[in-house]
Amino acid sequence: MKPSPLKYHRPRSIEEACEVLAGVDGKVLAGGQSLIPMLSMRLAAPGTLVDITGIDRLDSITASAESGVTFQALATHASLASNPGANDVQPLLGRTLQLVAHATIRNRGTTVGSIVHADPSAEVPAVLVLLDGSVTVQSVRGRRDIAARDLFLGPLESSLEPDEIAISATVPAARRGVGTAIDEIARRHGDYALVGVAARVEVEDGVVTNARVTYVSAGEFGEVIDYTDVIGGASVSDDRDPLWNVLSEAARKRVETEADIHATARYRSQLVAALTARVVMAAARDGALSLATRPSTLRVDAGEK
Amino acid sequence: MTNRDVETQLSDLMAETGEQHVVVSFTLNGTKQTIIVPARTIASDAIRHNLRQTGTHVGCEHGVCGACTILLDGKPVRACLMLAASLEGQSVTTVEGLVEPDGTLHPVQQAFMDCHGLQCGFCTPGFVTTIAAFLEENDAPTQEEATEAIAGNICRCTGYQNIKASVLRAAEIKRERAGEFPLGKDDESSRAALEGKVRGKTNPVGGRAGRA
Repeated sequence: MKPSPLKYHRPRSIEEACEVLAGVDGKVLAGGQSLIPMLSMRLAAPGTLVDITGIDRLDSITASAESGVTFQALATHASLASNPGANDVQPLLGRTLQLVAHATIRNRGTTVGSIVHADPSAEVPAVLVLLDGSVTVQSVRGRRDIAARDLFLGPLESSLEPDEIAISATVPAARRGVGTAIDEIARRHGDYALVGVAARVEVEDGVVTNARVTYVSAGEFGEVIDYTDVIGGASVSDDRDPLWNVLSEAARKRVETEADIHATARYRSQLVAALTARVVMAAARDGALSLATRPSTLRVDAGEK
Repeated sequence: MTNRDVETQLSDLMAETGEQHVVVSFTLNGTKQTIIVPARTIASDAIRHNLRQTGTHVGCEHGVCGACTILLDGKPVRACLMLAASLEGQSVTTVEGLVEPDGTLHPVQQAFMDCHGLQCGFCTPGFVTTIAAFLEENDAPTQEEATEAIAGNICRCTGYQNIKASVLRAAEIKRERAGEFPLGKDDESSRAALEGKVRGKTNPVGGRAGRA
């Protein structure tokens, strides 16, 4: 199957792209690693395609302790994952991108594109929500920032207006005392995860004070689940088994899973239970470690909780 | 072709077919090419149908199998996940472009022969381009890195063992041709490792040939 007939534009600037997109039934093409298969399978049939890959200087990545990591629309997964500054400022980003598809896809796929594609089985949207990141969008009406928690309306549905182009995304810097971790189970490394789990755990004096988790391919898309009531007050060095069990049990109750061709709901639930415990514990250890290793100059606000 | 000719052609095509066509200029295996295709044409189809470079194979057509992998400015990408129009101004290398002008096979192609890295061969062009690019960045991969490098490509004939062996063998050939120790900087330990991971697997695996 092949895409249905369409009008193709290759603008040279963002302003030009916005003008083309205003008032037509259009889609923005960047890396195309999700959009092209949708066109080929005719799950999407936009009348107009605005290819922004011809726009110069739209692939920059900036990282600082104060403003976090900002990556533009044409920054690929591969370039972001290998960016030393980005990895220093927010290590979870690079660890997440290693799980996104295969190297060949990461060479072309863009991280901003993955975010606004809003696929519940993609890793980056879950991490953007977990870290309280945001996306900057532009249209002929101007620019605005959309916080991650307001971005995802449902599967493959974001709160971008049809004429808006996501031009960059930002995630806050890692803070001392805040640990993060991500892990997933896929049938083949690089494939869509059966279940993925990302966690952000705050640690103070060796004790967990806050624990939040987001899921890939499980639970309500875009939702952050708080496990502070389960693990709050626990010492990071506590015996691992009891903590592991309470986390697993809580996850099994709090996260709904669905069946599809790849896995039954029950198997997914099992993965949710096991991975939640594993990832939350890893994030807690990372948080404790960060107190010793992360320089205090990186101490910045990670946004609203 | 003058610009005016092109414009006329495009509007004629629009009138005939009712859909927008685009002019795309890019370099394919070192040769500059300009094609006119419907705007919705996928890159893999343009390369195969318009430019007759049929080495680029099309398997799943939605980015899962990796058979269509080409090198775009040296980096491996899926040709089925790109529009031909997006190739504008880029440099594309397909499996055909990896052979030396004098016909010498690329190290990866030679390694696939040496190690019996292919059976039906359908997936092979994708593997070869992927591995060729991988070895540019890592010319002495471990077995684990070799496995990771080919994780995005599917082969339905083999158990991947001979393909993994081909990755390691290709690295050797590259070093050999560069005039270095073929087995790497640490020749002796490499040789020991090689006994297990390449030599052992380059023989027919449990096949009749062994018993005959």
